[in-house]
Amino acid sequence: MPPVWKAEATVALSLIHAPARATRGEVFEIRASIAHAMESGQRSDSQGRRMARDIIRRVECRYAGELVFAADLFPAIAANPYLAFHTVAVVSGAISVRWSGDNGFEHGASVDIEVA
Amino acid sequence: MKRRAWLALLFAASAHAQTDPRRSGLDFMTPALQALQRDDTQNPAVLWLKDGEQRFGTACSACHTPQSLRGAAARYPAFDALLGKPVTLSQRINLCRQRHTLAPAYALEGSQLLGLEAYVGSLSRGLPIAPPADPRLTSFQRSGQTLYEQRIGQLDLSCAQCHDQHAGGRLAGSLIPQAHPTGYPIYRLEWQGMGSLQRRLRGCMTGVRAQPYAPDADEYTALELHLKQRAAGMAIDTPAVRP
Repeated sequence: MPPVWKAEATVALSLIHAPARATRGEVFEIRASIAHAMESGQRSDSQGRRMARDIIRRVECRYAGELVFAADLFPAIAANPYLAFHTVAVVSGAISVRWSGDNGFEHGASVDIEVA
Repeated sequence: MKRRAWLALLFAASAHAQTDPRRSGLDFMTPALQALQRDDTQNPAVLWLKDGEQRFGTACSACHTPQSLRGAAARYPAFDALLGKPVTLSQRINLCRQRHTLAPAYALEGSQLLGLEAYVGSLSRGLPIAPPADPRLTSFQRSGQTLYEQRIGQLDLSCAQCHDQHAGGRLAGSLIPQAHPTGYPIYRLEWQGMGSLQRRLRGCMTGVRAQPYAPDADEYTALELHLKQRAAGMAIDTPAVRP
């Protein structure tokens, strides 16, 4: 039997890309990604056993405390999801992205933006 | 005189680039995938790389700086005098941990080791692959070439038959690349994650229905030595994205 490579252990690591500075009224892009297996629940392991679903269910992005973007994720989304969306620069503050999902998965990260 | 020599060298290098038939796997990908690899805010491998960068800051920065390791990845595999054999970059990272920081080795193919390897590899981005001219490596490199040209598995195929003789052709729907290890560790869409060159080689071996070598076997290092020799001078694009 050839040795079996184990599936990548989930690293709770996420990235947020947003400009560090923007002018008021400017539309800017936020890119968020996270390392997550997004196990669909449709696959079987090498022993034929069904692998339990383990996905991220919801993503929320708050800008200075206000919800500016949210998405529900489903099993057909590939591993390590990547989302890009736009919002309008209003005030200086934190852009925080919160990922939550099956098995009590919770992960949050934030970056600061300075609006002049 | 010196300047003229430099100019001649520069001219030779540019002429070489134009006539060099070698192509990185990057050149065979769709424009969309190339863009994914080139943009660090989209490249999924950067998730691992950033993890490696943080790890480097805590685990390695007592001895190394990012500047001091620029070009390091381009030189591996390199000879390790203590072991008396060549070691790959990931083996070097683990040896360094065990010998100098007395920390346990990272798990093979684990996200920690892949992340650190991707980070150290990215410090050599754009630099040419430069196998060391170390006479102690010659015999290992030669055995790597033998392995590369040896038919294996039920399909009775050698690496060379696909990647030298039929590079650019197709194996079912997939394009056969020239097998230049310019961007390892890579984020492979098929794997939906990061993987090492050993994992890629393993995939090829099971593909021709051969028995892969044991994890981290010396045969992989020998093969990598040969592949790096074949790819000498090609630019490093770690961490790469591949289909």
